[in-house]
Amino acid sequence: MDKSSGTVTDAGNDMRLVARVRAGDQQALAELYDRYSGVVYAVALRILQDTGAAEDLLQDVFLQLWRKPEAFDSSRGSLGPWLAVIARHRSIDRLRQRRPETDIEDCVIASATDLRDETERSLVIEKVRVVMNEMSPDQRTAMEMAFFQGLTHTEISEKTGEPLGTIKTRIRSGLQMLRTRFAS
Amino acid sequence: MQVEDGMKTHEQFADDLALYALEELTGSERQEFEQHLDTCASCRREVQALRGDLSLLALSGAGPRPPARSKDRLMRAIAAEPRGVSAHAPALVRRRGMSWALVPTLIAMGLLIWAGTLMQKNDAMQHNLSSMSVLYKATSVQLQEAKERLQLLSAADVMQVSLSPQSAPHAPHATTIYSPSQKRLMLMASGLAPAPPGKAYELWLIPMEGAPMPAGMFKPDEKGNAMMMDHTMSEGVLAKAFAVTLEDEAGSAKPTSPILIVGSGL
Repeated sequence: MDKSSGTVTDAGNDMRLVARVRAGDQQALAELYDRYSGVVYAVALRILQDTGAAEDLLQDVFLQLWRKPEAFDSSRGSLGPWLAVIARHRSIDRLRQRRPETDIEDCVIASATDLRDETERSLVIEKVRVVMNEMSPDQRTAMEMAFFQGLTHTEISEKTGEPLGTIKTRIRSGLQMLRTRFAS
Repeated sequence: MQVEDGMKTHEQFADDLALYALEELTGSERQEFEQHLDTCASCRREVQALRGDLSLLALSGAGPRPPARSKDRLMRAIAAEPRGVSAHAPALVRRRGMSWALVPTLIAMGLLIWAGTLMQKNDAMQHNLSSMSVLYKATSVQLQEAKERLQLLSAADVMQVSLSPQSAPHAPHATTIYSPSQKRLMLMASGLAPAPPGKAYELWLIPMEGAPMPAGMFKPDEKGNAMMMDHTMSEGVLAKAFAVTLEDEAGSAKPTSPILIVGSGL
């Protein structure tokens, strides 16, 4: 599948800003903040359920980007999805009151989703919601419990009373469904 | 790559890919998994792809924007830790009639400035070192991936199969490259019709004996082209043929629709 067009445009534009951040350009970080703070904050707020904690997390993620801009590997995809995953992982770390499991430079992701533009972002969000709504309620619940509540598969199995294998399958096939719908 | 790491096989690690991507693995379990990732490019690629899937899931939580004060707070914080700052020490101003009593003070100030300069240089070197370390890691991963693709293409048992429709040989076309010993395959396809909503193409490995085995899902781009750079089979069986059907996009364990294109490796 050719995902290159979205990747090159998105990453190319973001990478110019990231290069400026590496050179210590504060305005470049401000531009990246304007572009992606909504995504990072929304993820943090959904997980932490507290506006103050979500603001702290937002600050933390962009400070990390300021301190280690080279951690973002542009050859693997777009900055927006990478920040969204970093935000999710850091929020779960905070929820579980543990030290971060993954250094940001080790969090390499493959994604061609373009979130740079407000319109494009809205379209992607809408499409994700459509796909989520197409899933069975059980599958959607399992995915949300794993992603937004940070519950382990075992914990989800205990809470829902479903076998562990069923939970694993639901989450795996749900992610597969998202991937194939966005692949074309 | 089908290697064994201690007691666990590649398939057992592959079963935990989503758990790892979701940061569920901790402690020794996580360490063991990461050791496997260091040697297995296909698992590494799948973890990266799963994180891509998770980033989509993250977007389903989109909600209110952060308050304006958050940006002010961030900008104040980064202003307090600037980078690329010139390490020039302030010039000392010569003054007429300087008292000798000030000499020790000036020496102490000079030493302080010198120490400050050294610390700034040290910070800059550490930053460069960190950048180079990240670059080294990324390059190592890319090299490993290239090496594994080359291994597949040059494997002694590699087979290349062209798939075309049974009835109209000039329409959609696909080529698979598969090595049973490496249990890995690639697919390149062209001329495919767009997959209907909720559907995707599924590649099947048809073994010498037994039922077709799922060999990866794919969707064509707007030009009808598709590519699966790597797919790892759970078993390294000999393939009699490969075929493509249209299935639900979550994937199917067995073909549920007619074969669209097929090719024999024999």
